[in-house]
Amino acid sequence: MRVERIKKVRRDLPSVGEVDTGLLDDVIKKYSGKKGIMIPVLQETQLVYGYIPAEAFEKLSRELHLNLADMYGVATFYSQFRLKPAGKNIIKVCHGTACHVQNAGNITQALEETLKITDGETSPDRLFTMESVACLGCCSLAPVMMIGDDTHGNLTGKEAVSIVKKIKLQNSQSLSGLTDNK
Amino acid sequence: MGTTRVIVGLGSCGIAAGAGKVYERILAVKEAESLDFQLSRTSCVGMCYREPLVEIIDDSGHYLYGDIDEEKAIEILNDHIAGGSPVREYIVSTDLYDTPGKSYFDGQVRIALRNCGMMDPGVIEEYESRNGYSALKRLVNENIPASRIIQEVLESGLRGRGGGGFYTGLKWKFTLNNKSGVKYVICNADEGDPGAFMDRSLLEGDPHSVIEGMIIAALAVEATDGVIYCRAEYPLALKRLYSAIEQAGEKGYLGRNILGREGFNFDISIKEGAGAFVCGEETALIASIEGGRGMPRRRPPFPAASGLWKKPTNISNVETYANIPWIFQNGSAEYAKYGTEKSKGTKVFALAGKIRHGGLVEVPMGITINDIVFKLGGGIPGDKRFKAVQLGGPSGGCIPAYLSDTPVDYDSVCATGAIMGSGGMVVMDESTCMVDIAKFFLDFTEKESCGKCTFCRIGTKRMLEILVRITEGAGEEGDIEKLGELAHQIKDSSLCGLGQTAPNPVLTTIRYFRDEYEAHIKEKKCPAKVCTKLITYEVFAENCTGCTVCARKCPVNAITGDRKKVHAVDQDICIRCGICYAKCKFDAIILS
Repeated sequence: MRVERIKKVRRDLPSVGEVDTGLLDDVIKKYSGKKGIMIPVLQETQLVYGYIPAEAFEKLSRELHLNLADMYGVATFYSQFRLKPAGKNIIKVCHGTACHVQNAGNITQALEETLKITDGETSPDRLFTMESVACLGCCSLAPVMMIGDDTHGNLTGKEAVSIVKKIKLQNSQSLSGLTDNK
Repeated sequence: MGTTRVIVGLGSCGIAAGAGKVYERILAVKEAESLDFQLSRTSCVGMCYREPLVEIIDDSGHYLYGDIDEEKAIEILNDHIAGGSPVREYIVSTDLYDTPGKSYFDGQVRIALRNCGMMDPGVIEEYESRNGYSALKRLVNENIPASRIIQEVLESGLRGRGGGGFYTGLKWKFTLNNKSGVKYVICNADEGDPGAFMDRSLLEGDPHSVIEGMIIAALAVEATDGVIYCRAEYPLALKRLYSAIEQAGEKGYLGRNILGREGFNFDISIKEGAGAFVCGEETALIASIEGGRGMPRRRPPFPAASGLWKKPTNISNVETYANIPWIFQNGSAEYAKYGTEKSKGTKVFALAGKIRHGGLVEVPMGITINDIVFKLGGGIPGDKRFKAVQLGGPSGGCIPAYLSDTPVDYDSVCATGAIMGSGGMVVMDESTCMVDIAKFFLDFTEKESCGKCTFCRIGTKRMLEILVRITEGAGEEGDIEKLGELAHQIKDSSLCGLGQTAPNPVLTTIRYFRDEYEAHIKEKKCPAKVCTKLITYEVFAENCTGCTVCARKCPVNAITGDRKKVHAVDQDICIRCGICYAKCKFDAIILS
């Protein structure tokens, strides 16, 4: 069943701090009084925070008159929703049929070894969250992974690792660039 | 001159292959060197195996260049545009002479895909210049009554392309006959079947034909609101849909009093799916649009009587709608010319897996699997033996090579135990283990089962457990029979299509590849050498040069041996990751 999809997040992650529920006011305004809003509301909440914090559930429930249990039921039913904070880059490794027969397992394995996290986990530096997904629809380029909105095809484990390392490098460069500017 | 056009294919797969960079580079060169050509973008023409694709149309003809990177793009600009001589070695298809890529297009009949890769999907005028919205205009201007529109669809013989295969015209008729002030037209773009990407390509490449199809459906069933339920995993398709709907609204194809017809009001909104395979089932999809968990309900009542918000609803697949404008432009008789007696028209297939020319093909119904795999798909790469095709994803089945002269139509495919499905066709060769494939699909459906029906929820889990133990060498005598029994119970006792079809991959692989199951269970062997617990990696002493690469790459240090001496694998430590096998340059690691 789908409920099993809630993945544990490592305990050693630094805490994310207070959740600013004021960020939800626009979402509430947009959907107030409309019907069939549960999924889009949760989707936009996740866009704001990268996941759906408990505080957001409570505020949305109060102000949009959504049943808290229904919200939790929906949030745990669909694979898109995260109840725990995710990394800055979400790596979706495709495990669709075409990718499976073209050895998508190797990609996951190589990334797991490099990032030292398993499927569904977030790296300690919060840079990456790794997820297996059913199909990204780029089957003729199998095996495929998607980072953010960018799709990478015809991968080998090695190429996947070098893409991830490049992002890591860019990130540290932009961070050091920020401190230099200061 | 000045009429030369350069068109870059920017579908998801093209972009993944690097087409975005190629486009930027061409644009930069055009501006810097003020070369005289018109640069535009299009979507996927379906030839995914040669992406990125760049097309040049000039006075001399039509050239499609494949596998283009930034350097090759510059070369083409210099030689072809500036120098006037096409770069023959990169051309995959042209109207001037025969090329190897020609056979890929020659066997196709492009109706649903008529505009994909032929125009810029982001510009409504390009769609209009290709006869777009002309069907809708004619129906509105000539005041064709709803019953005649439906009659035309019925006569075309069009059946639901999402996999169900129900007659589209009949569905429309039922929806029309249920009177209500509010009715809905829904487009099912929740393409969850792993291994299928027809709908993604269509929405990215030609969103307007889907929208026009939906407007015509609305006209026919007297609907007031439209919803496109599209997977959130398709960001580019969503982006193009949003922009297409906006443009159609500006042109008066959507909104109030469409094309001046008093009282013809229709608007389309988009719902982004949140990731649940079961939402492809129509009643689950409706539950999801209403904001709940996407769980199916009992039918009847069918959506045509009581669908979204309990109003009459027509729900069809992306490809079905994309066919509609063509049928009204060319007539139902023209459409019915293609196909077989009971399966009319064409079907789009997403060819993937162990195939040379993977991509999107549209073929007349009734073509054989052989023709698709070998004539269009170019056969199996690496001289391996063709073993089976998987049709219909997790709901479908594997059709073995010896049945590959089966014509592809709804009824013939059903007779093999597979289903037509939405059009995913994954080709498998001798290196694919059929038990592993059955396990793969069961793992998928077990996770995606919504949990409502006991047999689907628990039965798929029990079946998966049996398959896991078979692939791990712990299979028992009688397991095949147990799988069969569970399969029939799940089929008989599940409410929706997901459960009713979930056992199909197992049943068809048992039916056609029983010997592989028996090899796993009795001999504890995986004939395709895929199931890791049943294989061993060994050093083939004659080939081993003692280069130490394997020993250094082994993640668990299971390989030992001195430099220039034959190495050995310690089977107790080996985790069978296959790294040594992949790394050895001398074929000295063997699988057994």
